[in-house]
Amino acid sequence: MNRIKNKLSENKKILSIYFTAGYPKLDDTVEILQQLEKDGVDMVEIGLPFSDPLADGPTIQQSSQAALKNGMTTELLFQQLKDIRETVSIPLIIMGYFNPMLQFGVENFCKKCAEVGIDGLILPDLPLAEYEEHYEEIFKKYNLINIFLITPQTSEERIRQIDNASEGFIYMVSSASVTGSSEGFGAEQEEYFKRIASMKLSNPLIVGFGINNSETFLQSTKSAKGAIIGSAFIKMLSEKGLGGISTFIKSIR
Amino acid sequence: MNYNVNEKGYYGEFGGAYIPEMLYPNVEELRQNYLKIMAEESFQKEFRQLLKDYVGRPTPLYFAKRLSEKYNTKIYLKREDLCHTGAHKVNNTIGQILMAKRLGKTRIIAETGAGQHGVATATVCALMGLECIVFMGEIDIKRQAPNVARMKMLGAKVVPATSGSKTLKDATNEAIRDWINNPVDTHYIIGSVVGPHPYPDMVARFQSVVSEEIKIQLKEKEGRENPDFVVACVGGGSNAAGAYYHYLDKPEVGIIAVEAAGKGVNSGESAATSALGKVGIIHGSKTLLMQTADGQITEPYSISAGLDYPGVGPMHANLFASGRGEFISITDDDAMQAGLELSKLEGIIPAIETSHALAIFETRKFKKDDVVVVNLSGRGDKDLDTYIKYFNLN
Repeated sequence: MNRIKNKLSENKKILSIYFTAGYPKLDDTVEILQQLEKDGVDMVEIGLPFSDPLADGPTIQQSSQAALKNGMTTELLFQQLKDIRETVSIPLIIMGYFNPMLQFGVENFCKKCAEVGIDGLILPDLPLAEYEEHYEEIFKKYNLINIFLITPQTSEERIRQIDNASEGFIYMVSSASVTGSSEGFGAEQEEYFKRIASMKLSNPLIVGFGINNSETFLQSTKSAKGAIIGSAFIKMLSEKGLGGISTFIKSIR
Repeated sequence: MNYNVNEKGYYGEFGGAYIPEMLYPNVEELRQNYLKIMAEESFQKEFRQLLKDYVGRPTPLYFAKRLSEKYNTKIYLKREDLCHTGAHKVNNTIGQILMAKRLGKTRIIAETGAGQHGVATATVCALMGLECIVFMGEIDIKRQAPNVARMKMLGAKVVPATSGSKTLKDATNEAIRDWINNPVDTHYIIGSVVGPHPYPDMVARFQSVVSEEIKIQLKEKEGRENPDFVVACVGGGSNAAGAYYHYLDKPEVGIIAVEAAGKGVNSGESAATSALGKVGIIHGSKTLLMQTADGQITEPYSISAGLDYPGVGPMHANLFASGRGEFISITDDDAMQAGLELSKLEGIIPAIETSHALAIFETRKFKKDDVVVVNLSGRGDKDLDTYIKYFNLN
């Protein structure tokens, strides 16, 4: 059984962390993953850096640029992750934009994911229709779960469609914004969280974008299964380095 | 073969809508409505009226006698430089602002490279009384100062894009991010035939008035609607799309696309996408794209801000891949010389983008009887500073 599904079946709220591979230093990837598991993080999104991250705010833009400057590539990421399953057992997801995957070769990319033990992919700019028409078969062949996003503007009809196409979980974008730009959740988000919860979707929801401390983590997981922290974690890494990971994770829950 | 868009938003294998879910509602709303709205009689009436009375259409098709004599062929110039605001860009912004109003949008965003699209957007926003925010690369803001001032005079807010190469590609990224942050009240007026479907098709349709007029005007002057060749410069490719549009499926009309070679196609400082690009995804569209082997988008270079883009519109990618279009790349130096030559031979100072298209006559030979229409996409006022420095005209 896929590690993501296993983890989601546990009776607890999921804390998931996003970081950019190759940042702050090129070879930090494995150490960050090991530390996150040690500190009790439930799941990790490993960001494959891209030169033009359209859905990301300044923090992830900068970490991506720095990672590319450090020399991060798709090939190198797979090399770094080669033995990861000897020390890390939590679900691992690669999150990135579609173009680097396309250049690597979609099938080749999926094959490498399966070899190193990646459980799922989040590709914000690979739309549902394209995925279903061209790539679903390949993803399934390598037992990879493709995670789709919904936003406050996504229509009910489309949410149902995405729910049907999803396995694992649905990535629920908290507000109309790029990553890292929200400042707390207000009545509007509460309303949105409730509205989606009341739809009784077949997949659990994990909230992302704008979660940066224990307060926003608690707010977003009141009705959702879990939450993802990205920009705030990267900001912490920029300031304190890998030594700051434990304190940061403990401050969330 | 059909060289226009299919019902799924593709030109051959190029196009589509590779967008994050955050943009889906807006792009989908546009996709479902754009053809319907464009077909409405009231829309057409308003669009045509503005093109005539406000833009100054039809623009002349001018027989360039001295240029023709020099190159021993028949060269016609489609005078888009005489459009209000100085380039073809306004054909599209008029269309899109009318579209935005019918979709109930109140806030307009745009990206700009040379500043021509920014000015054309700021102009129509002033005309319609809508808020206007233009994203422009920090480097372009410096090299196109007069256009920045024009946008400000027209009431637009100009926001510098400081990420990446600080040019058109990054301005487009910032505009897309703004649209993600403002999904309800905002319409994004993309300035070229790039971006997710339906943008490339919508922009091409608004620009298609260029070849619609060429057909009528050439019939009057040459007794036939079809030239032997139609030539245009291609950055993203909107003026080219307009000039080719009604000739796409007429094999007797040769299509010539001119890209910016910068300091040379293999110099590492170029924007010649057809020569240097591979299939990839940029700004929501699958197209030819300059990128590293690892799929990172590379930073293009051209002396002309309007051609400084690492991709081309999907229509053009398909014209290249299918062999329907002939692609030529022209260096900075050759373009500058061609700009100077047109000024001296015909009394027309062209935009540096357009100068690239004019430069092909030095190397690409035509028959004496060939009728070659060059889309003179913009005037050179905005580039005077660059011309002055390059030719030491002080």
